[in-house]
Amino acid sequence: MIAIEHIYWLLGAFLVIATWLNLRERRRAMAAFWAVLAGAFLFGDAIQRASANGVRWPAQAMGLGVISLGLLAASGRMQADKEVEGAASVRRASAQRLGNRLFVPALAIPLATLALALGAKYLRWGESSLIDTAQPTLISLGIACVIALLVALRTTHASLPQAFGEGRRLLDTLGCVAVLPILLATLGSVFAATGVGDAIAALVGMVIPTDNRIACLAAFALGMVLFTVIMGNAFAAFPVLMAGIGLPLLVLRHGADPAVLGAMGMLTGYCGTLLTPMAANFNIVPAVLLELPDQYGVIRAQMPTALALLVVNFVLMWLLVFRAT
Amino acid sequence: MNYWPLLGVAVVVAGFMLKRSPVLVVVVAGVVSALAAGMGVGDLLALLGNAFVSNRALLLFVLTLPVIGLLERYGLRERAQAWIAGFRSMTLARLLIAYLGLRQLLSMFGLIDLAGHAQTVRPLLAPMSEAAASGADGAIDATTRERVRALAAATDNIGRFFGEDVFLAFGAVLLIQGFYDRQGIHLEPLAIALWALPTAIAAFVIHAIRIAWFQHKLAGRALREKRGQERPLVDSHDQGQSLE
Repeated sequence: MIAIEHIYWLLGAFLVIATWLNLRERRRAMAAFWAVLAGAFLFGDAIQRASANGVRWPAQAMGLGVISLGLLAASGRMQADKEVEGAASVRRASAQRLGNRLFVPALAIPLATLALALGAKYLRWGESSLIDTAQPTLISLGIACVIALLVALRTTHASLPQAFGEGRRLLDTLGCVAVLPILLATLGSVFAATGVGDAIAALVGMVIPTDNRIACLAAFALGMVLFTVIMGNAFAAFPVLMAGIGLPLLVLRHGADPAVLGAMGMLTGYCGTLLTPMAANFNIVPAVLLELPDQYGVIRAQMPTALALLVVNFVLMWLLVFRAT
Repeated sequence: MNYWPLLGVAVVVAGFMLKRSPVLVVVVAGVVSALAAGMGVGDLLALLGNAFVSNRALLLFVLTLPVIGLLERYGLRERAQAWIAGFRSMTLARLLIAYLGLRQLLSMFGLIDLAGHAQTVRPLLAPMSEAAASGADGAIDATTRERVRALAAATDNIGRFFGEDVFLAFGAVLLIQGFYDRQGIHLEPLAIALWALPTAIAAFVIHAIRIAWFQHKLAGRALREKRGQERPLVDSHDQGQSLE
């Protein structure tokens, strides 16, 4: 049976390759960064098992690793190589030669994931099921990536080391941004464990009537927009608002559907992203790229859509989130 | 009630506003709120380590990088650009609405970075939109050109944002799943991703209406200007007055 742990090991192995390739080019900060992450994937299961048995040092070592990720990211030594000149013409020629066949492996990832996830119940290996049915989607994604890689190798006639090299190039380009979502989720857990959520919920309770579920939902939505506008990132706003209002007041107290609240709450924050100069790479950089005299020109063009969508999204959320209660 | 852990939230807000390295900001915020809650160093490290490991599903998208990286080296982006360039000779509204729909669909399939401001908007969408918005003689005034460019960039952002959350391996979906998982609420990523669909459709409809309205106003103004040109005497008289 393929369990999620096997997929994590596969990912850990890729991170080890990325570490090794960076070490060979003497980029030690980058290599150290991916090495710490590789540890989380190769030993993740062991760390969780040890913690469950009351052995704390593996988790504490991982905690030190997390802190070192922050220090490495702040060291400013995580720049990736600039792309080599002349590669563009090669890419254009190859795009012309391969045509739409290039899309097949890329589309194979989502389509195979979906097919495997939906078919997980029926795929059997002897007595047990082929895919662990506890987490079919994520395991399917891992298998789909392997299938897509095989298809891509066949289409391009490239070698496997070349694929790892290109994957490493993309990973280095993403750099520390790649770990931001996982760290924000970690922060959400820390906020919940240290009572930040309860403190926010108590403060919100002083301002709005928490017995009223629509008032709570409105506070959640406005909070998502406000925090996103201030921080320029809906991902960063999410753990704060979820720990403070979403989980204690809406899900636990008023019985809101967690899947709906999470998905639509995040999208409420995205409406805020369209409005803020803090989200510079989406709102300010294109104004510069397009040589607009007004640096807020893109935000101005987005504002009516963002505000209308905010209202529609809120009404949809209100209708869908409480539909079971 | 101990309000000191809220310092962690203050660290996040201040750090992001001051544009410090976001990874460092988040780590420091976690450490600050744990210390403010009165945790010892041993508990703090264990909490950080356990929380990080149990959220590691968020990095699964890295498995797609060898495939995407290889395809990019073999011209995936160039192929996508050629595809979009095939929309030439459309009206402004049709061009931007087609791009919006395409961008949303590609993002839903996880192909988020195939398009973007540097990849497609500046080299393709903005010049094509300008061409579609200009009159038969190819003329376009500066204000209209800027507004058309800004609308093209806005269309890319909206298409990206309200498509990507439908992709189940996207960070937002797994962030939501990871958060709930730690609180003992177990959800499938697919169940979360599907709930992004209603808003994705609403975003498409709202922005498409705005694009159509923009073109309508543009056409209306062009028509008035054309009528104005048929009365050259009045026109020059008006100009003379406004100069005074």
